[in-house]
Amino acid sequence: MTTTKHIEMRNVRKAFRFFTLEDLSLDLEPGQIMGFVGPNGAGKSTSIRLMTGLLTPDAGEVRVLGHAMPDAQAIAKRDIGFVSDDMRLFGHASVGWHMRFVASLYPGWDPQYAKALVKRFNLRIEQNVSGLSSGEHVKTVLMLALARRPRLLILDEPTSGLDPVARHEVLTELMDVLRDEDRSILFSSHNTVDVERISDRITFIDRGRLVDSNDKEDFLERWRRIQLQVPAGTTLPDLPHLVSRVADGQFVTLTTNRFSKDLVAFLGSSVREVHRMSLEEIFVANVMHHREARGE
Amino acid sequence: MYSGINISQTDPRPMYLQIMEQIRARIAAGDWAAGKELPSIRALAAALNVSVITVKRAYLDLESGGVIVTRHGKGSFVADVNGLAGELKAEELDEHLAAAAGIGRLLGLTPDELAQRLRRATRTLDRK
Repeated sequence: MTTTKHIEMRNVRKAFRFFTLEDLSLDLEPGQIMGFVGPNGAGKSTSIRLMTGLLTPDAGEVRVLGHAMPDAQAIAKRDIGFVSDDMRLFGHASVGWHMRFVASLYPGWDPQYAKALVKRFNLRIEQNVSGLSSGEHVKTVLMLALARRPRLLILDEPTSGLDPVARHEVLTELMDVLRDEDRSILFSSHNTVDVERISDRITFIDRGRLVDSNDKEDFLERWRRIQLQVPAGTTLPDLPHLVSRVADGQFVTLTTNRFSKDLVAFLGSSVREVHRMSLEEIFVANVMHHREARGE
Repeated sequence: MYSGINISQTDPRPMYLQIMEQIRARIAAGDWAAGKELPSIRALAAALNVSVITVKRAYLDLESGGVIVTRHGKGSFVADVNGLAGELKAEELDEHLAAAAGIGRLLGLTPDELAQRLRRATRTLDRK
């Protein structure tokens, strides 16, 4: 059985005057959540606009739910829910008006689910959008997207403006979507705590280029910081897969992206400590290493 | 429904190990008997707000350790091995003993001195 990838980008390029997205390739399988992580200005929103057909690539291929983008965007968009934090609603209209509006456009609208979401997100149907707090605004936009039950959700920084309680509510709803293994989510964020918790796959981008894309567990298993104590004057042998090496007197800190027990055995008694790394630490080390390798 | 399993962000252990440990604890305590069906991977992921791949990893490791059995298309079950709960308890004991041995070495205790302390601890427990 071959399953259609929910997102497929091949060698995509998009150039602007001061920024170029270069050679971006990534895949999102059904049933998965991908965290799309990069510093500000890395190209996350540009990539998302390419996925949603709002931009046409200069080169390369973008397919979403099997449809070529942006040409087949009209068909693809029936099954894509897109939420970004700068999405505007009609200020003079109520939450309920927006629900009826979206329901009239999308046959997949699920009124029961919409009602349940309104309750869980503590929204009020009769309230005008202009009176919503920024957190309620994000939750309203998300509710409107979720209640259509799209197969693919693309979320641009969905949790960035939310307080911890609202973030928890939103993440819980996102995880609930994934009970159905034919649905998938791509969400961009620079909040690595959220990404570390709910993503199956993680893609790092920086300065318009892909840095790394892998299963989350692989990232967490392969990256380690190792502290060594070596007598002064000893030169360490050249080790493969080192991302960085920092020496301070007798103490040397190594960062590796291919950790194995063999490495510890090889380094022997000089090893003082081996630390797992959080996704945030992996992200920063990965980006710095990548910039260095490109001579930036 | 499975909210009893807690994932802590201040726990230095990776999330899949935390899930494994709490499932082992339930089996060791006898709350989850042999043959009990575990929540599906997606249901547990949704309940804990953690990714599917993390729960999958925990289940795979539990399976290769013989703690649970996964039947394709049917779900995962607590392994039907006689005395599995006892075995898990014994494993837990070994972990604590290894930790105690480590501290003993730090203090410069000989194995005999360590054993003596263990006997003393047992007697204190008996008196309670």
